[in-house]
Amino acid sequence: MSTTARPLASLGQLASGRQDSTDPSGPCKIEVTGLNFFYGEKRALQDISIRIRPNVVTAFIGPSGCGKSTFLRTLNRMNDIIPGTHVDGQILIDNVDIYRSGMDVVQLRRRVGMVFQKSNPFPKSIFENISYGLRINGMAASKSDLIGRVEESLKQAALWDEVKDRLQESALALSGGQQQRLCIARALAVRPDILLMDEPASALDPIATQRIEELVYDLKKTYTIVIVTHNMQQAARVSDQTAFFWLGRLVEYDRTEKIFTAPAEKLTEDYVTGRFG
Amino acid sequence: MSDAGEIALRGSLVTRALTWRRVADVGFQILALIVLVVALTCLAALIWDIVSDGVGRLSWSFVTSFSSRRASQAGIWHALTGSIFVILVTAVLAVPIGVAAAIYLEEYGGRSAAARIIELNITNLAAVPSIIYGLLGLGLFVRMMGLGRSVLAGASTLALLVLPVIILSTREALRAVPGSLREGSYALGATKWQTIWHQVLPVAAPGILTGLILALSRAIGETAPLITIGAVTFATFAPDSIWSPFTVLPIQIFNWVSRPQADFHANAAAGILVLVLLLLSMNAAAIWLRDRYQKKGAV
Repeated sequence: MSTTARPLASLGQLASGRQDSTDPSGPCKIEVTGLNFFYGEKRALQDISIRIRPNVVTAFIGPSGCGKSTFLRTLNRMNDIIPGTHVDGQILIDNVDIYRSGMDVVQLRRRVGMVFQKSNPFPKSIFENISYGLRINGMAASKSDLIGRVEESLKQAALWDEVKDRLQESALALSGGQQQRLCIARALAVRPDILLMDEPASALDPIATQRIEELVYDLKKTYTIVIVTHNMQQAARVSDQTAFFWLGRLVEYDRTEKIFTAPAEKLTEDYVTGRFG
Repeated sequence: MSDAGEIALRGSLVTRALTWRRVADVGFQILALIVLVVALTCLAALIWDIVSDGVGRLSWSFVTSFSSRRASQAGIWHALTGSIFVILVTAVLAVPIGVAAAIYLEEYGGRSAAARIIELNITNLAAVPSIIYGLLGLGLFVRMMGLGRSVLAGASTLALLVLPVIILSTREALRAVPGSLREGSYALGATKWQTIWHQVLPVAAPGILTGLILALSRAIGETAPLITIGAVTFATFAPDSIWSPFTVLPIQIFNWVSRPQADFHANAAAGILVLVLLLLSMNAAAIWLRDRYQKKGAV
């Protein structure tokens, strides 16, 4: 199984350090070039090009309907399941074109995990929720291996202490914030390289939101994280890089600090200062 | 008009509209209650009529006896076993095909023009009079395929009859499964088959089950298509294989009702009671199974 190679690879990426995002020679996890996306005739994304760096948190911000979620979902080909959509342009993940013919979408989605806006635990036990991905991907060698991996994932998602005594209970009995952390643990269990988060805290109260944000901060040591958010304070708090989308276009992409303090575009400035959106 | 006067006028308009809305609310409630009472009274009268005619005839020997020329010795064993046998074979034929067809149409079929035409036709088929299925069964199963007037021919005909109902209700149940559940499964690297089998079907199972029982309950009460394919009306034997000739409860009841002697009419009423009890126990089994599934799903 290829999973043992991953921690080594990410250590290597860590060692290469933080460079300016505009540096074209910097390490690059996801490279998107000239991406267009269509719902039927309607073009939802126009000519998006972006380089997303490993082991940093990249936030996508923008008003509703600007295409940020649609773009996020092109990165693990989740839009494939929506009939009548198509994509042109190129997305390279680790220099592999994920839209090339013969690409194994199942394998791609294992490597590029996703957490959704509304938590969607399976109507099964907490244990089964976490172990499902491991079982279908054949990632557990034995029962004890499986149990160990479930525990490890729940610990990574900072949920273990709250649920360790009731792993066999229904996941639906958990609170909203716990359900969302369960979904994060479920995504982490299959050991992805990249974690896509689509407004993961938008339905949560401030305390649950804070826990998710702390979690995101911890997880970037191991994962490349792309997070879509409506909440600009959240983007400012958790992300290293921020991309601002407007009407299906990528308006500006830079260090988060720069986007929020000295954006290059007037449109970005108007948005982050709350003049529209 | 002064401001105060205008406000008073508007106030009275609002009050009048509010009064009318309250009257409409109560009026509709009363109307609905009357409709319910009418429906329940009809049902109660029907049941009372059957029970008063038939309960005196209902006994263990009535259930375990065969047809007879004497009303007092006639029973329904052959028809009861025939009904149960036919419905079991119908279920074996129709359930896997119906559920599989629904899964294909809902999960794999897409939204093409062809898919819409198929959907429209299935909806139409569900409304075709059952006698038409009887004629089809007579031509196709009894004559062309040479199955004769057997349990298998009868069950195949009923299977055709209930297939559209099973497909439609299964699709409804699959459609009710939230898309977020499918997305969650795909996002973990599950294939389409794994997503359907592990996540969608368990959630849809109670709904599918309810649809199946409703469809089979319809089949067990059918008379016309089985008369058309030539189920026997006077039987002194219980069917012992899928090749046996057979009769079913509704046909036996129909047969007794059309006799001139009043004693046979009592037999018919008792037969109806047995059929109603059979239906009730099927529905009870469905509810029990559904609750069990729902509890299992929630754990």
